[in-house]
Amino acid sequence: MSDRGTLRIQQISAHPGPVAGEGAQRQDKVCKLIDTTTCIGCKACEVACVEWNDMPFQTTYFDNTYQTMPDTDWNYWNLIKFNEDQHDDGSFAWLMRKHQCMHCEDPGCLRACPADGAIVQYSNGIVDFQQENCIGCQFCVSGCPFNIPKFNPNTKKVYKCTLCSDRVGAGLEPACIKACPTGCLHFGTKDDMKFLAENRASQLREVSGFQNAGVYDPDTIGGTHVIYVLHDATKPERYGNLPAKPRIPLSFTVWKDIFKPIGLFGAMLGFVGVVMHYVFEGPRREQPTPPVVRIDPPPPPAGKEN
Amino acid sequence: MATSADRFVHRPNAIDRLGRTVIYTGELLRHPVYTRFLHWMVGIFFFLALLSGFGIYLPWIFRFFTPLFGGGATTRFLHPWFGLAFVFFFALQAINWLQVMRWTPEDSRWMKHIKQYVTRSDSVESPETGFFNAGQKMQFWEIVWGCVAYVITGVIMWLPEIFGRILVAISYVIHDISALIMLFGIFFHVYLSTFGEPGTIQAMTRGTVSEGWAWTHHPAWYKAVTGRDPAEALAEAKRRNTPSPQPPRTL
Ligand code: HEM
Ligand code: SF4
Ligand code: SF4
Repeated sequence: MSDRGTLRIQQISAHPGPVAGEGAQRQDKVCKLIDTTTCIGCKACEVACVEWNDMPFQTTYFDNTYQTMPDTDWNYWNLIKFNEDQHDDGSFAWLMRKHQCMHCEDPGCLRACPADGAIVQYSNGIVDFQQENCIGCQFCVSGCPFNIPKFNPNTKKVYKCTLCSDRVGAGLEPACIKACPTGCLHFGTKDDMKFLAENRASQLREVSGFQNAGVYDPDTIGGTHVIYVLHDATKPERYGNLPAKPRIPLSFTVWKDIFKPIGLFGAMLGFVGVVMHYVFEGPRREQPTPPVVRIDPPPPPAGKEN
Repeated sequence: MATSADRFVHRPNAIDRLGRTVIYTGELLRHPVYTRFLHWMVGIFFFLALLSGFGIYLPWIFRFFTPLFGGGATTRFLHPWFGLAFVFFFALQAINWLQVMRWTPEDSRWMKHIKQYVTRSDSVESPETGFFNAGQKMQFWEIVWGCVAYVITGVIMWLPEIFGRILVAISYVIHDISALIMLFGIFFHVYLSTFGEPGTIQAMTRGTVSEGWAWTHHPAWYKAVTGRDPAEALAEAKRRNTPSPQPPRTL
């Protein structure tokens, strides 16, 4: 699912040493902006995603909502989540959110992955899985705060949204952006999208009466390359489990990067210890042993301190 | 006073009957075929699990281990099975040894004098040391609890769909710590059974040890199986400087 020809790589999972493409060329950070306030839930983006990525259709089931299926899947990377949300005054709102990989600036999936080159981050910010290097351990699932990577039990590999890295590499916008009929999806540089999003949020606050409107670009993971405009940015959880403060488990940061190498060093001290024991103390041999000729160095003469 | 931890009691089973243990003059039977078979199955699968695990533990250093097992994906596939085989054979071994691995008050006393053991300041072990010494028992129980941790955390990581991402993230750390402790211990184990205490490895290969080995490293066991006093036997051997000629045929 990659486009290594045109996109430079900035980060590689489980890779020894520096990354060849890191900082070698100037590349703008890209971003997808999703304005949840103008999404009408038409699912054109879902169809465009399945079409462009040539994914096989699969059966799904009806769970009493308008949602296509309960969750994204290895062959269904983009899902409009339909949330019926009750306000404090008893009235209802229908909150629709386009759910897909957030392309985190600090991707938990990449940090968790133990396979060299199975996950890469391009210098434009897109996080992409390279299935040919994936070993199928699913640690990325555990590392991701948004529950995005999905396992295919037949291929034993994990798949997710690529932000159409193949199209972006060729100068096109992602397929979902092209398909959206209301213009609630935008694509451009991160700076431009951030500007547009903040503008729209202040318009919602000042003109439309959504006092809590704001932009979702969580800084706990260094920001994301997919950002939302929300009617109520104080409670993102209402939009179908969008975490207010997404976090990568400490196992994949502190433990993996710091204590793992130290721990291995500690275990290896056992090896150093036994070698040194043999050198300094020698073996315990079964008794009786042949008579000792000399001990080197000789013990200090009795009664004298040195 | 002899305790059940001084002596290994074993009724030959089908695996014992597949092989034999030859006891030469001046030797004692230490480990029957069944024990030896289990020990080396444990050893083989431990190292297979260790090496395949290393490739996943620190891939940026140990990437050369994964090709040994057919590449990353195959290594990931095989590792849990190696681990399960290791735990399976160790579980049989644990049942086999449960009696002799019981912790006794003598063991607590042995632990207090561990410094003398490490610095080799006595030429023979304390006369209370039975079939296994307290260090060996500690290692055994460490492996038992390590295996429990491996299985629980390993199954959680194996089936993340069932257990969820937070349990997986916790398991991953516990699994690693368990492996690090066990690896640390195995260095001591392999050292002591080869270079550190010459004559020991024979206990797990041919199944026998010399009488001299027995009264040096496990005097209480020597006493329990021969009925003779280890200190006297050593003094007599010193006088003649040869091992005593008549080996008893029991454990
Ligand atoms: C090349 C590797 C190894 C060698 C040379 C070796 C050798 C030995 C020997 C000679 C004994 C008998 C000690 C005695 O009779 O007092 C023994 C016992 C034992 N072995 Fe190993 N072993 C090896 C690997 C392992 C591994 C990988 C494990 C488990 C993870 C293991 C677990 C045990 C246990 C629990 C005992 C009984 C308690 C003890 O002596 O510590 N061994 N081994
Ligand atoms: S949302 Fe999940 S899968 Fe996507 S980049 Fe972030 S951590 Fe990785
Ligand atoms: S399953 Fe995820 S974490 Fe594991 S190798 Fe594949 S991409 Fe990396």
